Amino acid sequence: MTIPSVPPALYLILSGILFTIGVIGALTRRNAIVVFMCIELMLNSVNLTFVTLSRFLQSMDGVLFAFFVIAVAAAEAAVGLAIFVMIYRSRETINVDEINLLKW
Amino acid sequence: MLEYVWLIPLFPAIGFVINGFFGRRLGKTVVSVVGPSAIGLAFLTSIFIFFELLGRPASERLFEKVLFDWVVSGKFYTVIGYQIDPLSILMALVVTGVSFFIHVYSVGYMHDDPGYIRYFTYLNLFVFMMINLILANNFLLMFVGWEGVGLCSYLLIGFWFEKDSASNAGKKAFVVNRVGDFGFILGMFLLFTSLGKHDIWTLDFTEVFANVNKLDTATVTAVAILLFVGACGKSAQIPLYVWLPDAMEGPTPVSSLIHAATMVTAGVYMVARCNVLYNMAPIAMTIVAIVGVATAIYTASIGFCQNDIKKVLAYSTISQLGYMFLGVGVGAYSAGIFHLMTHAFFKGLLFLGAGSVMHALSGELDMRKMGALRKKIPVTFWTFFIATLAIAGVPGLSGFFSKDEILWQAFSSSHGHFLLWLVAAIAAGMTAFYMFRALFMTFFGESRVDHHVAHHIHESPKIMTVPLMVLAGLSIIGGYVGVPHVLGGANHVHEFLAPVLGGGAEPAKAHAGISLISQAWASGGEAGGHSADVELLMMAVSVVIALIGIGIAYLFYVKNPALPKLLAEKQKGLYQLVFNKYYVDEIYQTLFVNSLKNLGTGLWRGFDDFVIDGTINGVAYLVGWVSGVLRKVQTGFVQNYAFAMIIGGVVLLGYYIVRAIFY
Repeated sequence: MTIPSVPPALYLILSGILFTIGVIGALTRRNAIVVFMCIELMLNSVNLTFVTLSRFLQSMDGVLFAFFVIAVAAAEAAVGLAIFVMIYRSRETINVDEINLLKW
Repeated sequence: MLEYVWLIPLFPAIGFVINGFFGRRLGKTVVSVVGPSAIGLAFLTSIFIFFELLGRPASERLFEKVLFDWVVSGKFYTVIGYQIDPLSILMALVVTGVSFFIHVYSVGYMHDDPGYIRYFTYLNLFVFMMINLILANNFLLMFVGWEGVGLCSYLLIGFWFEKDSASNAGKKAFVVNRVGDFGFILGMFLLFTSLGKHDIWTLDFTEVFANVNKLDTATVTAVAILLFVGACGKSAQIPLYVWLPDAMEGPTPVSSLIHAATMVTAGVYMVARCNVLYNMAPIAMTIVAIVGVATAIYTASIGFCQNDIKKVLAYSTISQLGYMFLGVGVGAYSAGIFHLMTHAFFKGLLFLGAGSVMHALSGELDMRKMGALRKKIPVTFWTFFIATLAIAGVPGLSGFFSKDEILWQAFSSSHGHFLLWLVAAIAAGMTAFYMFRALFMTFFGESRVDHHVAHHIHESPKIMTVPLMVLAGLSIIGGYVGVPHVLGGANHVHEFLAPVLGGGAEPAKAHAGISLISQAWASGGEAGGHSADVELLMMAVSVVIALIGIGIAYLFYVKNPALPKLLAEKQKGLYQLVFNKYYVDEIYQTLFVNSLKNLGTGLWRGFDDFVIDGTINGVAYLVGWVSGVLRKVQTGFVQNYAFAMIIGGVVLLGYYIVRAIFY
């Protein structure tokens, strides 16, 4: 039994849709954790692109990069969540509109 | 002994180091011993060397001691070396000798001054520098000494720097000297580069003078005139004389040593040292002679109306320096140096005498507040009197011989002229007048001393009067080494200096002026016989002029003291003009000082404040303004940054897509 092959273009379109959702979410949402989740979404959409193109081009490079991205995303998630916890402890909010001290 | 010439500068240098670095720890007593004895030892060394030099035949009286290389750069090569010849050793004797007595005198004079140690430090340094100037065997080392004595002069004029007038006088002396030194440097550079064109890269005296005939007259004239500008600064000649009268702000022994006896004669010495150059440049010689004689008569006239005893002596010094330049300017170098020597004795003495008077009168300088001191401070009076006689040119004292030699040479030498003689002779009469005026006002007539000063008038201590007596002795006998042939003497000074300065025989030459006189003298006979007669006549005339000067002074200030005032009333305009020193200081003030100040202020306000500060502040302001605008971009909202990043990404992406599509 052969699985009908899905053309790569569809994967790429899905990846583009996911990325756009991520961008819009990251730009419009106010809750830091949601912003963070949107960033994760963007990263994973890129992962999807990597893997698709890796398969399409018969090269392992893309897969390799995907692993890197997963590892970095995990580290980033750990550090980022730790920062949010600290901010929440001191300011009782993680609303990004209110976290704007780092300016002129 | 000649090998040990370096001892002469070494002793004062050691004295300077001890007094300067350890003086405070060693205390006043040690400094009083170290200061004068350093100079005394240098004096002794000079004497030994002098006698050894005398023992040699005249042609072998040149010795150079090279200590070590100084500057070796490409083809240029110069050393630290000292040169012993009749000229330099005579100068060294005068300088160390007079310095020694003045050091001893200073021990008494400066005794209660809080700056005692500093004073001797400077004084030792001065002697060290002066000896470098004199004994140097090249122009560069001479220049080091030249600048060094200028520095010491500055330090010592401003010795009492807490007084505004003293520190200003120091600055004035320094700045005016700098003008002259600039000429000296330029002269040196020109000499060096123009000799360099003939592939002679040296500033050594012997080599320079041996090769200078390779240069054309115009160059040599330029060099000679530039060097003379330097001499004008250091030796206070027109137009750079203005600093010397102000230099009297320093302690009196300093005025005596530096601003009368030694340092200010450096210019005369330098011209005599470069006689080879000047002989090649008759125009430069004429300039020297004219400047000299003009200074002599001009400053003598200022001396008429000064009431400050030191100021009178200062103007007298300038006037006498003018005589020396007249002497060297007409080619009578040995006469100029001879006058330099006798002048060092009697002018040094006059200043020390004035110091002694000040000491007696608790620091009074105004001659209108003196008078009748003759009986109260007899030693000072008699020594001062001898010096006055000497400077006035009374026969038998040192000043007579040297001044008359110059007068005669001004007339008879091939560079001389009747007018030069006439002006110089009148100036001699004026000298006699103002010097006796000072003498009479100080020591004769009614006492005009303030009465609370009057009852502690006292003669100075032995340590001050003994140097006075020694210098008085020298003022009397100092002239007998140079008695002219016409008076039956042998002109030893002239002969001694001849290997350096040239002119072994009497240089009497036929001249328009001589023939004029000798026509009047007409009785036929040989030219030589004539010139001897003429010389005697001239001598008699100058003596008579001097006596007239003395007589007028006697009439004005002893016989009838009301007369000067009457005359001043009558010739009010003239009196005011002379009294205010012809307003030269004021003219210089407006012409140079103020215009330079205005230029400086203009540059400060216009260029510095506007252009330079404007540029720098403008750049800083621009950066500030731009960043003030740009920092608004940094809002602190993370999502703004993210948005900017996305926009950037889209733009980049768009660019590549568009490029991919269209190209």
